[in-house]
Amino acid sequence: MRHGKYPFVIGFLFAPVTLYVVFVIAPYAQAFQISMTNWRGLSAPQWVGFDNYRRLLDDGRFWQAVQHHGVLLLALPLITIAIALFFAFLLNVGGRSVGGQRQGVRGSKFYRVVFFFPQVLAVAIIAVLFQMVYRPNESGLINGVLMKLGLDPVLFLIRPNLALWSIIAVLVWQAVGFYVVLFSAGMASIPGEIYEAAEMDGASKVMLFFRVTLPLLWDTLQVAWVYLGIAAFDAFAIVAVLSVDSGGPDGATTVLAVEIYRNAFVYSKYGYASAMGVALFFLTLTFAALTLRLTKRESVEY
Amino acid sequence: MSNTPETPAALSRRTLLGRTAAAGLLATPVVSLLGACATSGSDETTTKAEEGTKSAANPLGVAEDAPLEVVIFNGGYGEKYATDVHEPLYKKAFPKAEIKHQSTQAVSTVLQPRFASGNPPEFVNNSGEKLIDFGSLVADGQLMDLTELWDAPSVDDPNKKVRDTVVPGTVEAGSFNGKPYVLYYVSTVFGIWYSGKLFKENGWAPAKTWSEFTALLDGIKSKGITPYGYAGANAAYYQWNVILTHAAKIGGTDVLKNIDNLEDGAWQQDAVKQAAQAWEEIGAKYVDKSFEGLKHTDVQLRQNQYKLALYPSGDWLEGEQKKDTPAGFEYQLMPVPSLTGSDKLPATAVRATAGEGYFVSAKSKNPRGGLEYMRQMLSVAGAKGFTEVVKAPTVVTAGSAGFAFPPGVASSQAALAAAGKDVFNLYFDGWYKELDTEARTATNELMFGRIKADAFVERIQKRADAIKKDSSVAKFTR
Repeated sequence: MRHGKYPFVIGFLFAPVTLYVVFVIAPYAQAFQISMTNWRGLSAPQWVGFDNYRRLLDDGRFWQAVQHHGVLLLALPLITIAIALFFAFLLNVGGRSVGGQRQGVRGSKFYRVVFFFPQVLAVAIIAVLFQMVYRPNESGLINGVLMKLGLDPVLFLIRPNLALWSIIAVLVWQAVGFYVVLFSAGMASIPGEIYEAAEMDGASKVMLFFRVTLPLLWDTLQVAWVYLGIAAFDAFAIVAVLSVDSGGPDGATTVLAVEIYRNAFVYSKYGYASAMGVALFFLTLTFAALTLRLTKRESVEY
Repeated sequence: MSNTPETPAALSRRTLLGRTAAAGLLATPVVSLLGACATSGSDETTTKAEEGTKSAANPLGVAEDAPLEVVIFNGGYGEKYATDVHEPLYKKAFPKAEIKHQSTQAVSTVLQPRFASGNPPEFVNNSGEKLIDFGSLVADGQLMDLTELWDAPSVDDPNKKVRDTVVPGTVEAGSFNGKPYVLYYVSTVFGIWYSGKLFKENGWAPAKTWSEFTALLDGIKSKGITPYGYAGANAAYYQWNVILTHAAKIGGTDVLKNIDNLEDGAWQQDAVKQAAQAWEEIGAKYVDKSFEGLKHTDVQLRQNQYKLALYPSGDWLEGEQKKDTPAGFEYQLMPVPSLTGSDKLPATAVRATAGEGYFVSAKSKNPRGGLEYMRQMLSVAGAKGFTEVVKAPTVVTAGSAGFAFPPGVASSQAALAAAGKDVFNLYFDGWYKELDTEARTATNELMFGRIKADAFVERIQKRADAIKKDSSVAKFTR
């Protein structure tokens, strides 16, 4: 069987590796190269060494964006996972026992489909949708109702201390459905006997959740945390389409991807934008490595 | 291959990783090869520009059979004026030339790679939200010097240079450090717009002085209509334009010149501060707070629905809103009112400029063809055709003679005539996009009540200083 194995393997690997190198590795490598130049995107770039990185240190907007990623990194996974876990628990094991088998709440099949809806929509459509929801006057979905009730409209995307949270709410809304499905799959693989045994010992629903479901779901949670963390480093489309003055008011909702876009395609500072991209690359990498290390824990075999 | 594993299972993760790394090393030359192509500038491509013999009919020396590529921004003015008017004119002059027409809504997306690879199209209408930064194009030597075009004899009268057939200021509007690189073709007047019908019905008159203006706004407010507003979400520059126009009226046109030239303390000049203070009050009293979250189309629609009375913009507004404007709305322009009796410029003064930029790529194959295309555009036939198609006046003085403009453009043309020599312009937003962004952000902060006039001028000044110090930004003066 050894004869001809390598040509066979290489034959299979050649196309994907080439594609990966051309479309992923090469652009990354090039971003590092461009970040050391003052390229304007038109003529040949000039080498400027670490100038762009030095400039990053004094760029208030850059640090503002990094800070927002910090908030997103904490809030997005925490809120999303909490809501998704709650829903998944209700959908899978939150209802009555039927014949010793735990069931979800009534209508759980229907809810499962409904929760998944946002996942099917393109991000840009979600952003446009929420423009309507958040619209600050009588034609907005929320403010229309408020104003009918004689209340003052809430300026969701305009008040600087509310704007970022309004964006986070959209990101959570969009992500929850997927994680409900992910956690549901994880819960389905937890053997029913464990629940049964716990119930016989007199565990309440709350105890079931914290003592049985959560520990047995740890691996899935870890994956969810990494995914959501990486999503927290993106958020470009929602911010770009939804926020006021792209990333405003006064940078209150800006994220690195928006600043990269602005510097490259509005200011024609491709070199500087690449330096930001490289910074983002290392931030994401550090986060992924840290998370995998910190959440390392013996998984329970069953 | 002595260490080759006997079974696939023995191919451990470590060896696999090792091999991947080896494959990566092999790929490195490929990477650097690729790396070379995306940023490779045009310095290595030495395309020889096509040239023909100069004659009376061909003063720019165009090669008669050289193909010409025309890229038009398909925005508010569409592309019909190019395909139906200008391209046929060129074709008539040079029947052997082949014209390749292309239109786009994202100029930068389509053309940036072409510039990067050294193969730009000859003639480009660089406009819209995704235009390529003019300052960068100039700094990188991508634009053809238009001096030869402006000095060439015009199509209609060989004894008249092209520069003498256009509105004064046209050449300057497209000049960078004194050299003309861009043709701004459409005559644009800025001001505050209102509905003639709404004003007539309520007996309101356009204001000339500041007290008249605030009285007018009070009157409008008492009718339950939002007196004044602009779109904070994406069009804050409409409002900084008003503030700076006001500043120019208060302190004279040098105020704007200092700003454009990044002079120290230019934004902190008294005139700018006074104007900002005045508009800060307008923002606090008469602007709907929700407008900060609206796009320009939303706010403009509200004006068409008679829910908003006054809206600052340029005279493209009427054409842009054609579909939504109710019958009898009648757009009218009011110049920004004076602040006090001691203003340096009269109340009739307006900011007017040539808008909609066109350029010829210096590194294209047939740049002379591009220049000739511009000369044809600037002929009376070219200008008339444009005005008939898009209903907007061009910079060609004889081009709109006898044309009946719709009420809005007619009123802005009347305002321009009334202003006489008190017409001014500003350039910093085209030269320094970053300063434009900062001014927009600061304007929203000012008009929606989060900062005071002092902080407004201070923060923009800070950014202007930073740009002045930034060696990577090409500087321009006028």
